[in-house]
Amino acid sequence: MNFVALAPRLFWVGWKFHLKGLTMSSFFILVSVIQPLIFATIAYYMYEAGAREGTLLYVALGAGLMGMWSSTLFGSGGAIQWQRWQGTLELLIGAPPPFVMTLLPLTLATASVGLYSIVATLLWGGILFDVPLSVEHPFLFAISLPATTIALGLLGLVLASTFVLYRHASAFSNLLEYPVWLVSGLLIPVSLLPGWVEPLSWVLAPTWGVKAIRESALGGDPLPAIGMCVLLSVAYLVIGWFSMANFERLARKRATLSLT
Amino acid sequence: MTSRGGTVRERARVIVRIFFIGGLFSYRALFNWITPTMYVTTMLGSPLFQILFFAYLGRFAGLQDDTFFVVGNAVQVSAMAGIYGMTMTIANERQFGTLQPLLATPANRIALFLGRALPVIVNGLIVSAFGFAVGLLLLDFTLSPSAVPPLLVVVVVTVASCTALGMLLGSIGLRARDVFFASNLVYFLMLLVCGVNIPVETLPDWLEAIGRAVPLTHGIEAAREIVAGASLGEVSGLVWTELGIGAAYAATAFLLFRLFEIEGRRRASLETF
Repeated sequence: MNFVALAPRLFWVGWKFHLKGLTMSSFFILVSVIQPLIFATIAYYMYEAGAREGTLLYVALGAGLMGMWSSTLFGSGGAIQWQRWQGTLELLIGAPPPFVMTLLPLTLATASVGLYSIVATLLWGGILFDVPLSVEHPFLFAISLPATTIALGLLGLVLASTFVLYRHASAFSNLLEYPVWLVSGLLIPVSLLPGWVEPLSWVLAPTWGVKAIRESALGGDPLPAIGMCVLLSVAYLVIGWFSMANFERLARKRATLSLT
Repeated sequence: MTSRGGTVRERARVIVRIFFIGGLFSYRALFNWITPTMYVTTMLGSPLFQILFFAYLGRFAGLQDDTFFVVGNAVQVSAMAGIYGMTMTIANERQFGTLQPLLATPANRIALFLGRALPVIVNGLIVSAFGFAVGLLLLDFTLSPSAVPPLLVVVVVTVASCTALGMLLGSIGLRARDVFFASNLVYFLMLLVCGVNIPVETLPDWLEAIGRAVPLTHGIEAAREIVAGASLGEVSGLVWTELGIGAAYAATAFLLFRLFEIEGRRRASLETF
């Protein structure tokens, strides 16, 4: 059987394996379930105590995407470093499939764990605050979710392949959590931020993901945002593929594959 | 006057040495992985964006002005050092395999325990000061020079109190398998219940009650009043309450530390997971 025929199986098995592993991790449960619930509650009480007449569903979906970004950032940003610490990096690089094909299921799994966040914040809203879960465009909502997850997972591939060039990848993960929450308009409209921030938000998948999900749920036209998720996914895949090839080449040339 | 371990003066000198030098050494040893890059991105970069995030969220929600969020978050970010740092300072002895040799020494346990808090408190103060600087430079926040000394007192007390909560978690870490889950949870819950971003009075009663029973809440309230022009005397009640809460947590933490030490020796389980 050739590689093309094996690729879907490799992807499916890898994705399931990593998803199970991440689900068993208390850190990822914290990041993808508990933390978004805390932030959703904070935002809810801030809106309630303030003058903002915000819809709770708006908050719940935004907080859900915050969790998806956190799990992608922490899971994918340190993915290669983690394989190094586990001693599995050489085995993965030495395996017949291209390394990117073994890493991609992992980065997509880290984004998929973020779906727990959306489920958790929607349940939180429904159970504790009586948020009516009425979705305006159910079909487009069902498309928005995987489109966002794939776009974030492929952004994770870019993070994994670039963070590895720095010794302290986890430091970058710690740094980038809040800024992306801020500039992607997850809880705060981007228009409220300084003008120079807006172009930055355009290249970030969470910006379009939250737009697609919100407009499917609350009403509007989510198709352009879904289209942007697809477009960014392709761009991230190309960048991630080349960055990963570059990392592999440098690591082999300098014999630094297992050096932490 | 002499006693079993030498003169009282000699013993006092040893205790002071364990407190200061031992505390500093343990900090350097346990945090050898904190490089300048790591420090700047984690201890300064993350608080910077946390303050900006909540200040803008506050503007959007129309809840309070920037000052409310700058003060709340600049004080709360010190908990990053107090909670995570202190938990690691105690619990990582077990993770790094140095707990047994440490507890085999006859060192005074109170000095050993409290000395570890000092570098953490200093670190918390640096992070908090950076938070206030962020507010001054990037947001609509002003601070009168006359408010700086009383604010410093309030922040020192609050950071120490937070560190006491970190001590408690660290002591639990001598026994628990995954105490860092609890540290993360406590850190994020503080954002909700301690009046950092929402006035505690607007929370449901049970959440407000939790907030009033943990460090930070009264310190943040006092800091906000100082920034608004109150004197230290006017907020002394809040400061003493914060100090009392911190002392209660520190005492409980030390009792647990001793309990787990004694239990660990008895069951030969000091470093088992």
